[in-house]
Amino acid sequence: MQTEDTAHIEGPSAYAQAAELELRDVRKCYPGQREPAISDLSLRVPAGEVCVLVGPSGSGKTTAMRLINRMVALTSGDILLGGRSVLEREPRELRREIGYVIQQIGLFPHQTVAENIATVPHLLGWPKERVAARVEELLRLIGLDPEEMGPRYPAQLSGGQRQRVGVARALAADPPVMLMDEPFGAIDPINRGNLQDEFLGLQAKVRKTVVFVTHDIDEAIKMGDRIAILREGGVLAQYDTPKAILARPADDFVAQFVGADRGIKRLSLTTLADVRLLAPNGQGPNVQRVSARASVKDALSMLLTAHGEPLAVVDGDDRVTGLVTLSHLERLIAEEADGEESPVAVASGSSAADRDGGPPGAP
Amino acid sequence: MSEFGGAFRFILHDGAVAGYPNLPSLVHLALETLKVGAIGVGISLVLAAPLGIWLGHIHRGSFFAINIGNVGRALPSLAVLAIGDAFLGLGLAVVELALVVLAFAPIVTNAYLGVVEVDPELVDAARGMGMSELEILRRVELPLAVPLVFAGIRTAALFVISTATIASLAGFSGTLGDVIANETSYHFAGVLGAAICVAALALAVEGALALVQRAITPRGVRIERAERGAIADAVIAGA
Amino acid sequence: MLTALPLDAAGPVIPNFSAHSSSCAVQNHLFCVDWVKSNWGPVLWPALRQHVLLTLVAVAIGFAISMSLALLAHRHRWAERPTLLFTTFLYTIPSLALFELLVAPIGQNVFAAEIALVSYTLLILFRNILTGLRSVPAEVMEAAEGMGMTPRQALLRVELPLALPAIVAGLRIAVVTIIALATIVYTIYNRGLGVPIHSALGEGPFKTELIAAGGMAILLALFADGLLVATQRLLTPWTRARGT
Repeated sequence: MQTEDTAHIEGPSAYAQAAELELRDVRKCYPGQREPAISDLSLRVPAGEVCVLVGPSGSGKTTAMRLINRMVALTSGDILLGGRSVLEREPRELRREIGYVIQQIGLFPHQTVAENIATVPHLLGWPKERVAARVEELLRLIGLDPEEMGPRYPAQLSGGQRQRVGVARALAADPPVMLMDEPFGAIDPINRGNLQDEFLGLQAKVRKTVVFVTHDIDEAIKMGDRIAILREGGVLAQYDTPKAILARPADDFVAQFVGADRGIKRLSLTTLADVRLLAPNGQGPNVQRVSARASVKDALSMLLTAHGEPLAVVDGDDRVTGLVTLSHLERLIAEEADGEESPVAVASGSSAADRDGGPPGAP
Repeated sequence: MSEFGGAFRFILHDGAVAGYPNLPSLVHLALETLKVGAIGVGISLVLAAPLGIWLGHIHRGSFFAINIGNVGRALPSLAVLAIGDAFLGLGLAVVELALVVLAFAPIVTNAYLGVVEVDPELVDAARGMGMSELEILRRVELPLAVPLVFAGIRTAALFVISTATIASLAGFSGTLGDVIANETSYHFAGVLGAAICVAALALAVEGALALVQRAITPRGVRIERAERGAIADAVIAGA
Repeated sequence: MLTALPLDAAGPVIPNFSAHSSSCAVQNHLFCVDWVKSNWGPVLWPALRQHVLLTLVAVAIGFAISMSLALLAHRHRWAERPTLLFTTFLYTIPSLALFELLVAPIGQNVFAAEIALVSYTLLILFRNILTGLRSVPAEVMEAAEGMGMTPRQALLRVELPLALPAIVAGLRIAVVTIIALATIVYTIYNRGLGVPIHSALGEGPFKTELIAAGGMAILLALFADGLLVATQRLLTPWTRARGT
């Protein structure tokens, strides 16, 4: 990676793009404990992708994440950020190049929202005007009015606003990598859904390499380009795209962890725009309409209460692009389950890893 | 209550009441009391605050930092002064030593608690963003510890004013306590007048320190404490 | 200055210590065991007993008042501020001054002494009790309410037990503080360990008596503190489980 040396001199902002992250045979043993917390963990997160570490408690997912910014010291193995070992780096300098969001967010209560966001740029010694401009830019990015919210204190924000400010603070110095430890864990389900959507929208713009820790498999499926499922003792059970994990769990542990409803979960990953629709053929005016952006799961749910009527799929301009019926969906699902070339995935534009075949770093 | 009339007459005449021994003026004694106390708090502060803050930062020595507060409380000022007197004789140096010993406990305990009770998540976030230990202390822990650190100083100040006057009972002269300890000369009117002055002095010092604390507590911390309905300020040590 | 005497100098005026007085006491050595032995019964023990009694009465009355005020402030938030202001005001007045201020309206008697001592317990106990009551998690209170407890039952069965560690911590501070302050009581009312300390200061100073009486005040405070720690552990076994 060429940007690396300049990044070293000028700070993280010199990273025009996200960096690739690679864990190589990483092992962490805590003194006084026989079993390692992380055992020979290897995985590669391509630049600009979201890798979700998920697993039950005791699986070491948070530890694995904290190894990356050296908040926890490695026992053996190596971690490469942009091709360069983190072990060569001075920890503080390294951390300033890695965005860090924790569940409790940890906004400094004695500093305003603007001051909180400015923390790392300040540490890096950016000039005042540049910091101010960056803060304003970030506040707009997360949908908060800089004039109104900038001078507020964390105690004056709602939970969701605090969360967004925490993300903005982590993004402040434009780090190539973000670490997020259950960032939405303390938020109620409705707001969590909104914040997840917001973050995905944000990620589509900023394209960071993100390591995201959660214990919630649904969140992992929603947020991850790839999911690393860890089991007790920090052993990697499976590392793959959400679709691949749902379609082909590596073992019983993974199958059980993703849940018996993985078939349904899979349908939630595919939108109607991705599937082969029936041709529109002059359906009645009272047929229900559904957006092409809706998931197959949602369409199925609507069909179950549609009294046998088909659904009209409409695009953004409210034009009908096709129809789905219950029997049509059934056929699509069956075809996929037969392991034939997945009609559900054919038009999928998002999943590069599906074309790549086996994901990198999988055991 | 004619006693109070006499007391206020004593104060209004600045201690110069006919028939009483010549007094170096109440204002002078009050300033002396303040000076003796300020030296004691000052020395304690220099010794105890860095110790408490540092122990809080490294999350070590809680047993020491908290229990020294309890031991400090257990020391009756008069007993400390009496024992100091027995061993060393009661000059200014011994009185200051006693004041430093007594003020040490609340300052070290409160400074320790102020820093140690900073939410560990905040420190984790700060470290994760790449702050050095010194930056964490200066930019995160200390601003948040201000209310407690200051509460310790306020308690110590009370403690020290109170003890400086008690020192008169043990034979140390030069503070407002001189008048209180000498009813034979100043009669009850003088004693009461001096007592009113001591009370007013302590309240003034407390008020002044409260204002200073308010001025240097970060606004965000005040808002947060108000939202939490925080009551606990000082870990009190008795005087 | 009365006392700028080097250690090895003989005390200037040693009062009549009756037939018991040894050469040790006459020469005012640092510590004379004989003197302590012979004066334990007539001087030190009564002073200690009075000291304990002064303390217990003050803390008991102070606790009753503080508990009522804290319960009031717990139910009605408006009561917190004025109570805090007033108790802080009382706490701020230096002990020597407060005793004299109370003598004016009340006289040199046990009431003035106890009122002064009680004044110093209020801030400590009020603040600790209220902090304890406030520290009960909202969800615990909700559970209590949900199980059909009346506010009174919830107070007795949930809030007070959970507030106990903070309350006992407050009692510890109050007891130790009052033991320390009770040494000043002698200035207005001739009781407590301040009496022998005073007589030793005035008469020499007589080192043995200073050290014995002063030491007893300190040991009493440490002993009471230890006793309350033990009580606290006994009363709140659940706090030990967390290993704090």
